[in-house]
Amino acid sequence: MLRIEGLTAEIDGKQILKGIDLDVPTGEVHAIMGPNGSGKSTLSYVLSGREGYEVTGGSATFNGHDILAMEPEERAAAGLFLAFQYPVELPGVGNATFLRTALNAQRKARGESELDAMQFLKLARERMKALSMSDDMLKRGVNVGFSGGEKKRNEILQMALLKPSLAILDETDSGLDIDALKIVADGVNAMRGPDFSALVITHYQRLLDYIVPDRVHVLMHGRIVKSGGPELAQELEAQGYAAVQAAA
Amino acid sequence: MTAPVATGAAGFLARYEGLKDHLPGARKPWLNALRADAAVHFAARGFPTRRIEQWKYTDLAPVAQASFAEPLTMVEGAIALPVANAAHRAVFVDGRFRSDLSTLDGLAYRVGSLAQDLNAAEPFLGALAKPGSEPLVALNTMLFEDGILIDLPEGVDGGLLELVSIAVDPGRPFAFHPRHLVRLGAGARLTVIETATGRGQCLHNPVFEIEVAEGATFTHGRMLQEEATVFHLSTIYATIAAGGTYDNFTVAAGPRLTRNEIHAALTGPKAACHMNGAQMAADGQHVDTTTALDHAAPDCASRQTYKTVLAGRSRGVFQGKIFVHQVAQKTDGYQMNQALLLSEDAEIDSKPQLEIYADDVKCSHGATVGALDADSLFYLRSRGIPESQAKAMLVEAFLHEAVETVTDETLRAALTRALDNWWSRQGKAA
Ligand SMILES: Nc1ncnc2c1ncn2[C@@H]1O[C@H](COP(=O)(O)OP(=O)(O)O)[C@@H](O)[C@H]1O
Ligand SMILES: [Mg+2]
Repeated sequence: MLRIEGLTAEIDGKQILKGIDLDVPTGEVHAIMGPNGSGKSTLSYVLSGREGYEVTGGSATFNGHDILAMEPEERAAAGLFLAFQYPVELPGVGNATFLRTALNAQRKARGESELDAMQFLKLARERMKALSMSDDMLKRGVNVGFSGGEKKRNEILQMALLKPSLAILDETDSGLDIDALKIVADGVNAMRGPDFSALVITHYQRLLDYIVPDRVHVLMHGRIVKSGGPELAQELEAQGYAAVQAAA
Repeated sequence: MTAPVATGAAGFLARYEGLKDHLPGARKPWLNALRADAAVHFAARGFPTRRIEQWKYTDLAPVAQASFAEPLTMVEGAIALPVANAAHRAVFVDGRFRSDLSTLDGLAYRVGSLAQDLNAAEPFLGALAKPGSEPLVALNTMLFEDGILIDLPEGVDGGLLELVSIAVDPGRPFAFHPRHLVRLGAGARLTVIETATGRGQCLHNPVFEIEVAEGATFTHGRMLQEEATVFHLSTIYATIAAGGTYDNFTVAAGPRLTRNEIHAALTGPKAACHMNGAQMAADGQHVDTTTALDHAAPDCASRQTYKTVLAGRSRGVFQGKIFVHQVAQKTDGYQMNQALLLSEDAEIDSKPQLEIYADDVKCSHGATVGALDADSLFYLRSRGIPESQAKAMLVEAFLHEAVETVTDETLRAALTRALDNWWSRQGKAA
């Protein structure tokens, strides 16, 4: 599914990723934990194709494709999804229009038929209900005036509609209260299955009580310094990153 | 010494000399005197040049150097009309009223051809737009042949009226200078949706004189959508009395050169003026919005938000002056000008100007200029939306925000269509 080998990347000439090796097999959920500034968001942006990040070495393949060579929209159509740590507000772009345009763009890229407004609304309302989102969030501008929690739920709604085969969730738990956290976790768990993988980025173990990962990786200073089973998350919580790194 | 502008003006002056005994109202001494006065002003000043402060960023040389001197002949027969937005519409072809194309029956107020109702116009014509004010007003006064006359009595709700101007290409350069008079009595209400379309080498030089009496509300939506061969130079003079409102929303998208110049005076307490708009230009085009707001009474509010979108090698101008007189205490003035540049060759000049002589006022202005936001673009693309489509969505969003404040739904729909039309034509090229 996702295979990253020796990936190095820099921003403005400053090296941030210093050789990442990571394998996420189909059907598995992996967590990446690490302190602030360790390069977690950088990794998610590099994988989704944001401008300004220069890949200086290594590779990343997704279902056998060299995704680093693809445009962001091509990566999305190939099944990659990034839930942003800081979802972007788009004043003047209606949320419903945005969601439908995205869904249809991907369906079109995959040679599937596009959904009309009615079909889309039916589908969106269904998914929103599961995420306890009110209908008026469809009418507003994308993320405009949304609370922190609403923005995160809107990310999960996009994931639920776009049905990616690999989702990268960048600190989707930050700023969520426990109820919202459960809703988000349910949203992710509902997607789990043999054809879905996820990379759950967080620096709290809390989320991983609800989305139990198959593997946990610790990212520090642009490198994966330790990998292990779900128990590694508890270990980190108890001992802190420094201790884990020292032991690694 | 003869200034070069005088040559540009010469054709129009010659035309006036030749036509003056045949122009509408030629036997009315008051109008003859007004036109003669205008001719004196125009002869003295000619077309404005860039040496004049208010014309620093907009060069009228292409207009001044062209020869539009051919007299108009009446266009006969069928004309393709734009889609109707309202049940009642007044249609002008090459600046002349066409009753056969207009539907004005059953309206409870005076509305129709100015040329056919000059006696009713006498008290107002030239009262707000004085021949000596602006050279383009002088040119218009000298040569206008027709225009609309709207006179709403006190308390009348005039509903929705469409004003359509169509320029038909006669195959040679031509000019027309319609004069429009709009008067709303105390407490009257009216919404006008104006559409200007046209083609050919043409100068459309309309002048509006708008009088909004106590407590009256005039909503004026304008869509200047002529083709890229047309010069559109429009000048509006409006006065708004106590408690009255003038609401202007202009979409300028199409002509080779557009000047949207508005002078509004708030003359009584609690009067309000909203001047908003979206102006767009593509390669080779020039759009200019110039406003002058005169706060001449206390407790008045003015709001201006203009959006500019420039593609290719194009140029946009926004000049907004707010003048607050000493008596105009508690003035609430706001001005915002936002420009989106879609190409490196596009250029915007923005000049806000605040002159405040009262001490208890709230006046603010702001301007933003930029390209499309990279984070927004990446967000859309990361959802699978192709780059060109993502760009189009963001430009549309920028433009649609401009019309969000328009409350009349018919008007908002028409304005939105005008914006989308432009973008669907230009977006492909950008
Ligand atoms: N746009 C940028 N320009 C320069 N440095 C950046 C930029 N974005 C992130 N960085 C730096 O890269 C490092 C990793 O950041 P980031 O990937 O956001 O970390 P994390 O998500 O783990 O908190 C930090 O040192 C940060 O300061
Ligand atoms: Mg981060």
